[in-house]
Amino acid sequence: MLSIKNLTASINGTPVLKGIDLELKAGEIHAIMGPNGSGKSTLGKVLVGHPAYEVTGGEVLYEGRNLFELEPDARARAGIFMGFQHPIEVPGVSNAAFLRLAYNKKAEAEGRDELDPLEFDDFIHEKIKLVAMKEEFLDRSLNEGFSGGEKKRNEILQMAVLEPKLAILDELDSGLDIDALRVLGDAVNKLQRPDRALLIITHFPRILEIIEPQFVHVLSGGRILKSAGKELAIELEERGYDWVLEEAAAGSQR
Amino acid sequence: MTSTFNVVTSQEYKYGFVTDIEADSVAPGLNEDVIRFISTKKGEPDWLLEFRLKAYRHWLTMTEPDWANVVYPKPDFQKIVYYSAPKPKKPQYASMDEVDPELRRTFEKLGVPIHEQEALAGVAVDVVFDSVSVTTTYREKLATVGIIFCSFSEAVKSHPELVRKYLGSVVPSSDNFYAALNSAVFTDGSFVFIPKGVACPMDLSTYFRINNKESGQFERTLIVAEEGASVSYLEGCTAPQFDTNQLHAAVVELVALDHASIKYSTVQNWYAGDKDGKGGIFNFVTKRGLCKGKGSHISWTQVETGSAITWKYPSCVLLGDDSIGEFYSVALTNHKQQADTGTKMVHIGKNTKSTIISKGISAGDSSNSYRGLVKVQPKAEGARNFSQCDSMLIGQSCSASTFPYIEVQNRSARVEHEATTSKIGEEQLLYFQQRGIPAEEAISMIINGFCKDVFRELPMEFAVEATKLLSLKLEGSVG
Ligand SMILES: Nc1ncnc2c1ncn2[C@@H]1O[C@H](COP(=O)(O)OP(=O)(O)OP(=O)(O)O)[C@@H](O)[C@H]1O
Ligand SMILES: [Mg+2]
Repeated sequence: MLSIKNLTASINGTPVLKGIDLELKAGEIHAIMGPNGSGKSTLGKVLVGHPAYEVTGGEVLYEGRNLFELEPDARARAGIFMGFQHPIEVPGVSNAAFLRLAYNKKAEAEGRDELDPLEFDDFIHEKIKLVAMKEEFLDRSLNEGFSGGEKKRNEILQMAVLEPKLAILDELDSGLDIDALRVLGDAVNKLQRPDRALLIITHFPRILEIIEPQFVHVLSGGRILKSAGKELAIELEERGYDWVLEEAAAGSQR
Repeated sequence: MTSTFNVVTSQEYKYGFVTDIEADSVAPGLNEDVIRFISTKKGEPDWLLEFRLKAYRHWLTMTEPDWANVVYPKPDFQKIVYYSAPKPKKPQYASMDEVDPELRRTFEKLGVPIHEQEALAGVAVDVVFDSVSVTTTYREKLATVGIIFCSFSEAVKSHPELVRKYLGSVVPSSDNFYAALNSAVFTDGSFVFIPKGVACPMDLSTYFRINNKESGQFERTLIVAEEGASVSYLEGCTAPQFDTNQLHAAVVELVALDHASIKYSTVQNWYAGDKDGKGGIFNFVTKRGLCKGKGSHISWTQVETGSAITWKYPSCVLLGDDSIGEFYSVALTNHKQQADTGTKMVHIGKNTKSTIISKGISAGDSSNSYRGLVKVQPKAEGARNFSQCDSMLIGQSCSASTFPYIEVQNRSARVEHEATTSKIGEEQLLYFQQRGIPAEEAISMIINGFCKDVFRELPMEFAVEATKLLSLKLEGSVG
């Protein structure tokens, strides 16, 4: 589904990604962990087309197509979704209106029927149940004044509305209380299908006990230093990152 | 990937056509003879000619104001045509069918309903073309409840006592440079009188159109609501696209007596000049409402999107006790446009209240300033003001400034001012795009959200038009 080869990217002329290789197949769940500032969010933002990041080399194929040929909105309509680490607030734009426009843009692109406000009302009521969100949040301005956890819940609501093929969830777990993590983790699991893939960016193994990955990657200094199975998350929790860095340094000297 | 904020072209101004119509004009230039000519042409009484001449003589002693945050070549007042009227086949139109078909087509193109049958349900329209009011619809129907809605010139003829009583009572002819000029040379405009206790049954509307290349437009609007009367008035404006600048210097006076209420809404879309700043209207307008009576209420709502230069401060003088003044404004500038706009709320009576909600949007290389004065005079016991001035920047090379002036001379007054500046930044835009929403639509949605508090004050059709207009004006602001 997604094939990243030797991807390099920089921001304001400073290289942040220094050669990323990653393969995601349909049905797979991957986790990316790594120290602060290592480039995890950057990888996500580059994949969704954030204009501040410059791709300086490498290639990314999404369903066999060159991802960088698509505008950010076209990538989204093609099924790529990113749940942001810090979702932005938009005063005056109602959450419901935003969700409906997003839904209809995708429906239009896929040749499905668009939903009018009444139809969308029924549709969204099912979706908010999935993430256990209170109805009043639909009438509020998009993310405005939402708590950290409420913003994350709203991200997963958007994911439920758009049903992406590839979802990149950047620190979904940070800011969530224990119950909320369980609810949203379950919601993400319910949305997972054999033809969909997930990329979970996190610092903590707890979320990976709910959304269980087949692969865990350690990203540090703009490179993936280690890839292994789910058990790596636990090991990192116990031992930290230094040993991975040392191992990688020794490996490259050899 | 390069930045999204490359300003490319703007949507072409769709009202930029010129109507080929024979006009009855004077030679360019201004002197007392020209003023006498205008006055004679309009068959005015002596007192009005005197009013004009007095204003003109005062104007000669004045200099153009330069305190506004705008830069422009000073108009050459001797190059302006002060009177230009579409030449009628007959001096007066008895019905719409007699209006020059070419002129009628112009207004059809503009989407202005001047044919009564086709008129928007419940909106009476007065149409001003260059210097002359062309037609007023629904007049008879309004007359049955005692409402006078006609062109200014007609009002001078049919209701001279009313015009004489109120003309210049809110904006004296010596008020400022452009008001003095207008008082000397104004040619037409609208007159509205709502008698005691009458709630105007429909929205009243005036549509202004500048067609002549050299002509200035100096219209005069006077709205009087007697005790307990109420009215909602809408003003729309467009002009053809010329590569020279046209001057628009209007004066609008509102008078509200005891418990009367006047709501004045404008969607201003004069030609703004091209993207390099060539051509466009200089819009120097004096708008002021006098809350003369107890418990009277005047509300200004404006959506300013056009003009090369805008210099405009719809104001309220809150003279009557418990009177209320409101100002809701959206001012959008793009390319080389410059706007310096805001309001003045002068609290004189007791327990007077004012609200100011100003939303400035700047894109391109434009400059957008809010300038507002809240003045509480010594006797204005218990006066209250709330001001909220928000600016939004789109792109890197535009600017927004806020100049709030607060003068409080009564200790019981409460004046609150809040201001914010935000940017439609890459992050916000990316968020929308990441959900599949194209940049143009994202901007439109963000802007409409930003302007919501103002748009909800507009009458329904105007709100829809304003929403579309803003999107149109910003089209191409993101590349
Ligand atoms: N706009 C920017 N300007 C300059 N540097 C930036 C910018 N955005 C990111 N960076 C730098 O890029 C590097 C990678 O940042 P990124 O957000 O990808 O880290 P991360 O792995 O997601 O970290 P965290 O775990 O703290 O979320 C950091 O050193 C960061 O400071
Ligand atoms: Mg991060």
